[in-house]
Amino acid sequence: MAQNVFAPWDDPTETPLIQFKGVTKRFGDFVAIDNLTQDIYAREFFALLGPSGCGKTTMMRMLAGFEAPSEGQILIAGTDMAHVPPNLRAVNMMFQSYALFPHLSVWDNIAFGLKRERHTKDAVSARVEEMLKLTRLEKFAKRKPHQISGGQRQRVALARSLAKAPKLLLLDEPLGALDKKLRQDTQFELMDIQEKTGTTFVIVTHDQEEAMTVASRVAVMDEGRIMQVSTPAQIYEAPNSVYVADFIGDVNIIEGTASPSVNGYEVRWAEGHAPLVAKASQVLREGQRISLAIRPEKVSISAEKPENSVNAIEGKIIDIAYLGNLSTYHVEVAGGIMVKAQTANTRRLSRRELTWEDKVWLNWTDTAAVVLEQ
Amino acid sequence: MKRMSWFNTVSITLGFVFLYLPMVILVVYSFNASKLVTVWAGFSTKWYVELMGNEAFLDAAWVTVKVAVLSSTLATVLGTMAAYVLVRAGRFHGRTLFSGMIYAPLVMPEVITGLSLLLLFIGIGLDRGIFTIILAHTTFAMCYVSVVVSSRLVSFDRALEEAALDLGCTQFQAFRLVTLPIIAPAVISGWLLAFTLSLDDLVIASFTAGPSATTLPIKIFSAVRLGVSPEINALSTIMIGIVTVGVISASLISKRASLRQQAEEQAAVRT
Repeated sequence: MAQNVFAPWDDPTETPLIQFKGVTKRFGDFVAIDNLTQDIYAREFFALLGPSGCGKTTMMRMLAGFEAPSEGQILIAGTDMAHVPPNLRAVNMMFQSYALFPHLSVWDNIAFGLKRERHTKDAVSARVEEMLKLTRLEKFAKRKPHQISGGQRQRVALARSLAKAPKLLLLDEPLGALDKKLRQDTQFELMDIQEKTGTTFVIVTHDQEEAMTVASRVAVMDEGRIMQVSTPAQIYEAPNSVYVADFIGDVNIIEGTASPSVNGYEVRWAEGHAPLVAKASQVLREGQRISLAIRPEKVSISAEKPENSVNAIEGKIIDIAYLGNLSTYHVEVAGGIMVKAQTANTRRLSRRELTWEDKVWLNWTDTAAVVLEQ
Repeated sequence: MKRMSWFNTVSITLGFVFLYLPMVILVVYSFNASKLVTVWAGFSTKWYVELMGNEAFLDAAWVTVKVAVLSSTLATVLGTMAAYVLVRAGRFHGRTLFSGMIYAPLVMPEVITGLSLLLLFIGIGLDRGIFTIILAHTTFAMCYVSVVVSSRLVSFDRALEEAALDLGCTQFQAFRLVTLPIIAPAVISGWLLAFTLSLDDLVIASFTAGPSATTLPIKIFSAVRLGVSPEINALSTIMIGIVTVGVISASLISKRASLRQQAEEQAAVRT
């Protein structure tokens, strides 16, 4: 890429906008956030991704000021936020339910936050017009929230939360209520608006595709802890645990024992079968138990045994999932392990040569698999 | 329209007769020319004219209206506050006790409420009059208001208040600008309920009223003990009229509001 790569997290001179320092949040006996430390930088589009109950919403509500940490500190722009109430934070939130005020028009909803500050009438209306334009809602300014569609409501909520030009915008599952097509369009719109306004966005989502699309960095969470924080590509290509690999996208996990060899490591995975070959970034002990994580699209499937392939295993097609542009083959290999192989449907369906119960060969390169220690 | 079966017709007729025959008789006899309540002697409005000249009744009516307006307004403020705390404060120490104590006066016999208030007023040396009636009516009406308002607050989306805070409101601004306008219909019906309760209360008022102030129900009750006069019939007819007009206009207003909302929603769907 020719343009400057946006990566403030790699720059030691950058000071983070948001700092979580050893933050723990308990609700009674339940630990929602477990001693979490994390930096988020200005202008980032930071995604908190995880299953429900992983603590991602709690993190966001602590940033907004609706919850206080039980232990630890949260700093925004270097200031400890412990005793700053929500109305005095330069942070705005877009709620999952949108929380539009039903008794106010679209215009008044957007103006609501501005009217709480000391602005002249003209300044307020100029800013509202600007927001209406940004979110393409000019025509609906006089309508009430119940008189517009779901997608329009979502844009009103966004305009309202952006109107005060916050340092930080929190988005709680912002696209959850939209259908898939509209969601995809809106994702790009969000990224566009984030770039135009230069606001730092923190988004909470359980939709991994959404997080991958919009975010500059993704934090994968589980049980109150952040499992991995990285760019979407890194998270996908180099997950640091089986949990992350499994949560992001589809993955095949093959367990085995590693032993060093000339080209990386040999992994014995099944009795009487040739070991698999994989490169690892870390150093492994002889006989260490490891998991190989291989993405289905990196597994090739063929009827004949491929030549010169380092990893080739034989199996039988159990199932085929036809997705239109792609097909996923579920292949049973030695030891009853299911391996998924995904191929692009470059030919018409009628000309597909592989079918159920066929004996096939699966192969992948020595760099395709990620070695995960257990 | 489908014709009703004879069974349904009979049930409906009996039901309405049972409910309204006493009132119809009262209204009819209020236009009786005879002084004897049970003898019909032709149509006349003289009892209404006479009523207008009866200072005692007019005074009592004025007291009743003042008491009803003031006590229902006070009860609405207090009841709404209580409901807000009950629904919003979450689990605080003694929450169950607090909510139980708010609802207890609903099932408390009026005689006991009246008697205990009477003892209190005597105890603290408060002279009984219009002020004590207002206090007493506020006390029992606020429970009803709090029940009506809290049932609305339970279904109120908390995120709306959080959004208001997030956009820079203080707690009080959030309540005034967002919560109150949205729950306003429940608050208004709470007020109407309190107003009606105060208007027709006899028991509590008779415990807490003093010689300086008497409400209309007390006046009617004591007048009737000396014999039913056509004047009382006329007065009651006027009260029925006022209540009927109030109820009909309230339901018309709410029906128009819901119709308008429906129309707006349909307009939104079309565009």
